[in-house]
Amino acid sequence: MKTIEGYPEYMMKSIKLVEKKREKNMAEPVKPMSLKDREKMLSKYHPDYMVGTKRKLRVGIDKDKLLYNGLVDLLEAKPVLDTKDVDLSKIDYEVDLLIIGGGGAGTVAALFAYESGVPLDKILIVTKLRHGDANSMMAQGGIQAADRPEDNPTLHYLDIYGGGHFTNKPELARALALDAPGIIKWHEDLGVMYDRHEDGEFQELSGGGTCRNRMHSCKDYSGMEIMRNIRDESRNLEIPVLEFCPVAELIMDDKGQVAGGVAFNLETFEYYVIRAKATILATGGSGRLHLSNYPTTNHYGATGDGLVMAYHAGANLLDLDTIQIHPTGDAYPEPLVGILSTEKIRGLGAIPINKNGDPFVFPLEPRDVESASFIKECKEGRGIVTPTGMPGVWLDTPMIEILHGEGTIESKLAGEVRKFKRFGIDMTKIPILVYPTLHYQNGGVEINEKTETKLPGLFGAGEVTGGVHGKNRLMGNSLLDFNVFGRRAGIYAAKYVKKAKIGKLTLSHLDKYNKMLEQAKIKPTKTAPIILPEYRGEMTISRALDIF
Amino acid sequence: MSKKEQVILEEPEVKKAEDVEKKAGTLEVFIMGKSYKVPAGLTIMKALEYAGYRYIRGCGCRAGFCGACSTIYRLEDEQKLGFDLACQKVVEDKMYLVQLPFVPAAKAEYDIEKIRPSESKILEYYPEIARCVSCNTCSKSCPQDIEVMKYIQRAIRGDIEKCAEISFDCIQCGLCAMRCPADIKHYHVSQLARRLRGKYIDTRSKNLSKRIKEIENRKYDSEIEKMIKMNKQEIKELYKNRKIEAEEGGS
Repeated sequence: MKTIEGYPEYMMKSIKLVEKKREKNMAEPVKPMSLKDREKMLSKYHPDYMVGTKRKLRVGIDKDKLLYNGLVDLLEAKPVLDTKDVDLSKIDYEVDLLIIGGGGAGTVAALFAYESGVPLDKILIVTKLRHGDANSMMAQGGIQAADRPEDNPTLHYLDIYGGGHFTNKPELARALALDAPGIIKWHEDLGVMYDRHEDGEFQELSGGGTCRNRMHSCKDYSGMEIMRNIRDESRNLEIPVLEFCPVAELIMDDKGQVAGGVAFNLETFEYYVIRAKATILATGGSGRLHLSNYPTTNHYGATGDGLVMAYHAGANLLDLDTIQIHPTGDAYPEPLVGILSTEKIRGLGAIPINKNGDPFVFPLEPRDVESASFIKECKEGRGIVTPTGMPGVWLDTPMIEILHGEGTIESKLAGEVRKFKRFGIDMTKIPILVYPTLHYQNGGVEINEKTETKLPGLFGAGEVTGGVHGKNRLMGNSLLDFNVFGRRAGIYAAKYVKKAKIGKLTLSHLDKYNKMLEQAKIKPTKTAPIILPEYRGEMTISRALDIF
Repeated sequence: MSKKEQVILEEPEVKKAEDVEKKAGTLEVFIMGKSYKVPAGLTIMKALEYAGYRYIRGCGCRAGFCGACSTIYRLEDEQKLGFDLACQKVVEDKMYLVQLPFVPAAKAEYDIEKIRPSESKILEYYPEIARCVSCNTCSKSCPQDIEVMKYIQRAIRGDIEKCAEISFDCIQCGLCAMRCPADIKHYHVSQLARRLRGKYIDTRSKNLSKRIKEIENRKYDSEIEKMIKMNKQEIKELYKNRKIEAEEGGS
């Protein structure tokens, strides 16, 4: 296919319109929507409000709750472990604290559990991929903390709560806002290199739905810089980590406490019995389930395992009737479809523009509203359709250079520049094409301020949990979330460990779950958790033999 | 909301490789020597999956941030080896591919609270950097196009600040360390430099310390408590009427 500056000719024609109207578009910005207009936009164009994306769950503690279809499929599947296959009398790892998940939340929890007195050799992180392979690593834009004189934690709280459509658990939103500055300080002490002005104050930008500029960033590698620092600290301390060994199900004891988990070695297919006085669930999100058929920004292991195993054990779930689609997933070129272009691009001043070169939405609405307005624009024929049929709208990146001076994009969005350059697109000079992509699991296992779940002995932190963001998360609050609640989980689990007494181990909750499925007349054909997504070619799968 | 107002929309399909194939034609790749036909236009990662491989190792974020999918390749009849990330690089015809599942390169252990950014500090923990022969193979094998040799040279000279700056975009895939004739573990070296800079060299924020003191003194507790106690209508009003900095040309 012949391309000009990375785009086919017909797309270049639209880009010419964008360029022609750029000056005018920058001078006459679109105003933010009223709450009423936001609601109208969401109800018509966001998948959360569409018929057919969700259905009622028929089994377990949240029976009759409405959840996304893909999640109901998992929760109505048969538990992946057959209890007869596992011998609980032989303990492979005897620890005080089991942390399931080696991303941001799990690693932060381990560091604070150690600081709160749990001995190193009594902590065990188990993780599905490598330590640090997680959505935490991929967060680009930044982390929110209200530390400027013009700002304060009260305003941050108000943004969190309003952004979540007033459905968040207020005490969790409060913890997020009030703990934030302390987290940034902790990062400074670890050696995280934040973007700063010459006087040492942070360079802070705006994000969608935030009323003050409070986004702290590390170029557009914010999550990576934070994650590699906390991981380095964890490695310095030699906190034990089992890689490629996801926990498949939780273990309970005869007193109804969570007492560890059964890990599965992905390379040898062995299981390991891990007995723990306390367990922290930090398994992350579920983008790889491709709910509502969306492409996703998420890492390979984001398959919602934590939700499933916690639910099997009797924990309850919140707000899984919503998903976060991020407005600016890449729509072109084809190999990048679904990958994120950071919200920081809009924070720096780039405006979404339609096929005709016209702006149509305030660039920094909350993510759900911004996404819905992109979908509307495309549905009504004002989007650009790529050669592979993917719709999208322009994000006029060259505006950033006009606003902040030449070289700004290269210095503040190095990762983005690098990504598009591979395909011959120079985003400093030419807009990029974007369309909403599945980004974040807003809800999850319910926790309280101490990160306790409904089940004694089970704590939760990060994307797997529900309540912090309600039905919509704002930008910069997920990096913050895993730090704030990872820290709290480490501290409170360490406290719990001191008095916990574990009884006789059991997996009877799985047998019970199977019975409940039977009683609900569900005949599962699949098992869950799924551990890894399936992307092999259909032809290969259809011809595969099970003889080896 | 009434049923009538609800609009059913077509969802964007997750693209099936089979559909792509029809449009783009196929090409031949050699996965660890075995020939497979795959659609043109796929990344190396998606091409392997199309061919029937299911990843356990060698696949992480799938977006160029985690460094799990380092790939070494050589095009048929080409002299040079290529280095890239499987999730970022698009397959080419007659490409011979292998991925690196693990990098054996131990990092130095240190207590960041106890060490200081003196000129010789990095040399002390990674003395092998002094053996750098300036061959630049590290830079040539970096999928991020980082000037790896340059930051190692800065580290040797004790310029922690520059070493940190040049290396900042490192995704720690380890390809540099696997290619180095002097057995330098570049990506661990620069991790130390960045932590030293972030902790000891960059000027700290005064606003942050002030805010933390205020929070410790419970300055905001009662105001947030008040908001928590408001009914939905009151808090909605408050939210609706808050001033938005970005709207006033803040950024």
